[in-house]
Amino acid sequence: MRVKSVFARRIGLSLLLSAVLGGGGVAFADDAAQVAVPVVANPELEAEVMELSHKLRCLVCQNQSIAESNAPLAVDLRDQVREQLEAGKSKDDVLEYLVERYGDFVLYEPPFKTTTLLLWGGPAALLVGGAGWLAFRLRRRQAEAAQQARLTDAERDRARALLAGAAPVAADAPSAEEPRS
Amino acid sequence: MKAKFLVPLFLFLVLVGFLAFGLGLNPREVPSPLIDKPAPAFSLARLDQPEQRFSIDEMRGQVWLLNVWASWCVACRQEHPVLVDLARRNLVPIVGLNYKEVRGDGAIDARGMALEVETAQAISRARGWLKAHGDPYQLSVLDIDGRVGIDFGVYGVPETFLIDRDGRIRYKHIGPVTPDNLQKVLLPKIEELKRAG
Repeated sequence: MRVKSVFARRIGLSLLLSAVLGGGGVAFADDAAQVAVPVVANPELEAEVMELSHKLRCLVCQNQSIAESNAPLAVDLRDQVREQLEAGKSKDDVLEYLVERYGDFVLYEPPFKTTTLLLWGGPAALLVGGAGWLAFRLRRRQAEAAQQARLTDAERDRARALLAGAAPVAADAPSAEEPRS
Repeated sequence: MKAKFLVPLFLFLVLVGFLAFGLGLNPREVPSPLIDKPAPAFSLARLDQPEQRFSIDEMRGQVWLLNVWASWCVACRQEHPVLVDLARRNLVPIVGLNYKEVRGDGAIDARGMALEVETAQAISRARGWLKAHGDPYQLSVLDIDGRVGIDFGVYGVPETFLIDRDGRIRYKHIGPVTPDNLQKVLLPKIEELKRAG
């Protein structure tokens, strides 16, 4: 019973307080927001670190970037990226630093060079080749169809007679004149 | 012309061939760009005499192995007898790179730990481990923060580097060295490098 009464008193008190203070709730929310902001000395640098980290593969969990992975090596590499950017190195320098040690594999986007020519050019070559082949086939089919659609003089005469309703229908009574198959 | 219907089957078989080859590859074995390049220079405290430092120049003129290890590394325990055996045969000096002995251990939260405290702890842990499992190393050095490891492109422990007389990395073995690896790959390469010098 005592617990209940204490509870009721507390509710009453807080209602009273909020009524009196009015904006008290809002102030409290502001405080919370301030606490939740990550404490980063330099948000601009951190954004760059994250941008670069998303381009780098974590070698331990290979399907994650070092920005996503929590593997110790990923943390170390993120620290390296941060440290080097802080020291004034360019993004390309940092990427090169890591490629020198871990190879192109560390880059999510493979660089364009002779060994990756097929990788980068393959899809385009396949598309162009496929489109070319399709165009060639379509044109040939059209030519073939046009060739087949041409009638001989005898056929034309027969067709004309059929249209005029004079000649017997071939299906009912095959005429002496064999239809060209 | 008659066999034209076999073309898709042929293409399919080619595809199967590629996929079967790909399936046989180990995605964990990332080829190191450091092969045939000079080993990254470093100077680190020795495990046996922490007040002294070791740099790879000391090994110039010798064919040697750099083995990355840590006491928390389970696979290291698996390869350790192979290294102990190799050391006993006196074929090649092995230098140990003790990699992130304290902060690499997932069971320890080393954040905020002072470097001296961490170093002291690393030394006692590493020495204890070598005492328990045998010490195949000519000497070990302490890579407390894993920086030298990054320079060597280490991404998993254990890793073993074969370095020639000129200080160039000639081969990298990723994962535990098995007796089979040693016999078929490492020892022939060591012999070859020794003869070449």
